[in-house]
Amino acid sequence: MQLAVWTYEGPPHVGAMRVATAMRGVHYLLHAPQGDTYADLLFTMIERRSARPPVTYTTFQARDLGKDTASLFQNAARDAVERFKPEALLVGASCTAELIQDDPAGLADNMGLPCPVIPLELPSYQRKENWGAAETFYQIVRHLADTSVRPTPREGRRPLVNLLGPAALGFRHRDDVREVSRILDLLGIDVHLVAPLGASPADIRTIGAADFNIVLYPEIGDEAARWLDKTFAQPAIRTVPIGVGATRAFISEVAALAGVDPALALDDPSSRMPWWSRSVDSTYLTGKRVFVFGDATHAVAAARIAHEELGFTVCGIGCYNREFARDIRNAAKEYGLEPLITDDHLTVEEAIAAAAPELVLGTQMERHIAKRLGIPCAVISAPVHVQDFPARFSPQMGFEGANVIFDTWVHPLVMGLEEHLLTMFRDDFEFSDAAGPSHLHGSAPAHAKAEPMLAPAGDILIREEAAPVAASDGSAGWTDEAERELRKIPFFVRGKAKRNTEKYANDMGLAAITLDTLYEAKAHYAR
Amino acid sequence: MSPAQAIATAEKPRDGKFEVLRERGQREVFCGLTGIVWLHRKMQDAFFLVVGSRTCAHLLQSAAGVMIFAEPRFATAIIEERDLAGMADCHAELDRVVDRLLARRPEIRTLFLVGSCPSEVIKLDLGNAAQRIGARHMRNETGEGVRILAYSGSGIETTFTEGEDACLTALVPEMPVAAVDASQSLLLVGALPDIVEDQFLRLFAELGITNVGVLPSRRAGMLPAIGPNTRYLLAQPFLGETARALEDRGAVRIDAPFPFGAEGTAAWLSAAAAAFRIDEMHVNRVIAPGRERAKRALERYIPALKGKRITFLPDSQLEIPLARFLATELGMIPVEVGTPYLHRAHLAADLARLPENTRISEGQDVERQLDRVRADRPDLTVCGLGLANPLEAEGLATKWSIELVFSPVHGFDQAGDLAELFARPLRRRDVMRI
Repeated sequence: MQLAVWTYEGPPHVGAMRVATAMRGVHYLLHAPQGDTYADLLFTMIERRSARPPVTYTTFQARDLGKDTASLFQNAARDAVERFKPEALLVGASCTAELIQDDPAGLADNMGLPCPVIPLELPSYQRKENWGAAETFYQIVRHLADTSVRPTPREGRRPLVNLLGPAALGFRHRDDVREVSRILDLLGIDVHLVAPLGASPADIRTIGAADFNIVLYPEIGDEAARWLDKTFAQPAIRTVPIGVGATRAFISEVAALAGVDPALALDDPSSRMPWWSRSVDSTYLTGKRVFVFGDATHAVAAARIAHEELGFTVCGIGCYNREFARDIRNAAKEYGLEPLITDDHLTVEEAIAAAAPELVLGTQMERHIAKRLGIPCAVISAPVHVQDFPARFSPQMGFEGANVIFDTWVHPLVMGLEEHLLTMFRDDFEFSDAAGPSHLHGSAPAHAKAEPMLAPAGDILIREEAAPVAASDGSAGWTDEAERELRKIPFFVRGKAKRNTEKYANDMGLAAITLDTLYEAKAHYAR
Repeated sequence: MSPAQAIATAEKPRDGKFEVLRERGQREVFCGLTGIVWLHRKMQDAFFLVVGSRTCAHLLQSAAGVMIFAEPRFATAIIEERDLAGMADCHAELDRVVDRLLARRPEIRTLFLVGSCPSEVIKLDLGNAAQRIGARHMRNETGEGVRILAYSGSGIETTFTEGEDACLTALVPEMPVAAVDASQSLLLVGALPDIVEDQFLRLFAELGITNVGVLPSRRAGMLPAIGPNTRYLLAQPFLGETARALEDRGAVRIDAPFPFGAEGTAAWLSAAAAAFRIDEMHVNRVIAPGRERAKRALERYIPALKGKRITFLPDSQLEIPLARFLATELGMIPVEVGTPYLHRAHLAADLARLPENTRISEGQDVERQLDRVRADRPDLTVCGLGLANPLEAEGLATKWSIELVFSPVHGFDQAGDLAELFARPLRRRDVMRI
């Protein structure tokens, strides 16, 4: 058993719902008790969808168990097909129905329904949401794709691609599809099919007509892409165009595969991020310590942007989806870090507290953790929140995505000159770090008030009222004078200064931390 | 709908006033686990550990609407593949999880092990587990220790607010025995927002009812005593099992409509006062100021709501008393009032006050019910979060039913707020030009 307060991923049948809801003309018959209908609100409230997810829940109750839950399932199947007339019916079980072993696939198979039936086996006690979405999409493609369909000869037509992976409840999927389609259009490439988002079973049938595939979200699209490669010999582009560098690499790879000129898209004048980042105003971003956590694809991309395109220092990296842990391990190696692979948000909180970053790039979970710890944060990945579905165009992918990312990540930080002034005139009663960044209203000086969810082992947060005394473990304690000086250091670097000084004092075997120790340590760790 | 699944029967009109349509089919409601969202805030020394699946954990964080990130006093012990292999291992795992939890939250005095659909289906006996684990964490000489109780919030047995019913039922055997010669006491039953509970306690004191207990109490470790001299007054209409357990302990129910609006609250307080044989003149004197204030607050909303047609989809079992309030105090016209379960005895006073020909439905077949909503085209439809935006997109004004459970709506001084909840969606449609 796993003790969980909050979870990064829902159960696998929610992943299946994300695929079914993204598509047109499919219906999902879920053998499930009444409570499982809560999942509808994820789509109608968080994503503000104007239609109910195309899901029928069989709604069995305790009194049905041991009697005839199977006929309940078959009646629900008949009614759903009659009412919704889907082009294809997905059938499966939620966690409870899995235990009663009614075999939805066999039951539906025996009914002779007037549409294709796609059985889903999603083991609820082993797997999670992303896996469920990937498996569902793969099963849909495998069942529906017409294997006799092949691309027409290339002469006299533009290259055709499929965009694989965008789904309902995805982090900016809607806008990423638009931005990537724009880039492809600049290259003279047509999108044959976007799937699952917006695709119908009839569309999926023709999936073989494209020259190649682009896997936008490997967590959802890669399993299907591998089958398509095997079955149709459709190659796949797996470079995810998040960040300027990745977008350039993506364009080059796509252009090479399609046999077109990459310059058509590489010279896009709307790519502002490189100049925004090179301009002198951004100098203060250099070496800012960032902690990155999310799904593996977004976390790897965010770390690369942070490191290569903004000049940050990545001080922590991790993901919650074990299936893609290898990508995170490889990235962590590049930055000389221990990868954090966990879906326990308390472990993530401890890691963030210990790393004392100046910016957190994470999910909605990390946004709350960062808020408690008084650290600025930007959201880079699902799980999503109603705020992750902005009304405006706000992609993560492509050059426009990079522009959006620059704004989103830099905005929460204290600005360059302000940072200096805060350091110089720490005692100004109206202009102090306790007031928070001046361009952000409503950002409480959380470091003074917030209690961390767990008391982190090293208590990296100095609270104004807490007197630094000798640590009980026999390590060096702070003298009054040194402590007063420490408090003159702005809050956004104070945690790091404290930690470095204490480590320095311990390494040197000092009994007490004096004013000199503080500055000796500063010189020692000068970057 | 095929006959086996959808059993729709029109009963004989009750008292010649209305028919009850009973349906069976897909339900669009939360399960009883959802009650934890308010119960864990109400009982400040209690912790709720759901023994269930990843779905249960996901439900709890989604049902909270937004994620409440103060570390909540609830969590889920997620059953994994290897826990299903053998029951002995499953119990050992549960012990390990509980020990870890209690070590981390030493301030917890009552731990509820909450059963779920999967734990019920695999027949994991949580009552047994509670006894076993409880024996190890019993109160010691210093008064420290944890009481461990179990109830089921599973969706195969409970619908939404029935989770609170099951939780309170589990607390009843823990209530101390009142002395045989104890004077008559009042027990207020049902979780209320603290501010509303305090208002009611002040009114009871003014009425002259001094010996008043509350279930659930704010500290689960300090339950009121109960015995044959206890008269209990339900503040919520969904507490059928709790009521039965209280009666097993000798307590006697005070029959009253539920305390919504000026009239509902007045009748509710008066029924309590009558049970304590308090002079009617005195009762009227005590109640009059609040009742007048509530009436004044409601008057503002009558122009907006009078004559407007309203349908309730089944959700919290608050539907019947709320329809009564809207009909008799604001002049709204209930078209269909759906409830997951109709407790005739507890709701008798409210049912009697509902307008004739109100269509009452019990249970749900959501597709057929939505067909009726589309045919009826009420001015306002009260429904769950999964249905609200889709109905709005069809041009039907909606009110989220969950707000009726999550905000203070009982009593005189919340009457205006309650009316506002129904008036706001209509007013919003009037003011917007978009």
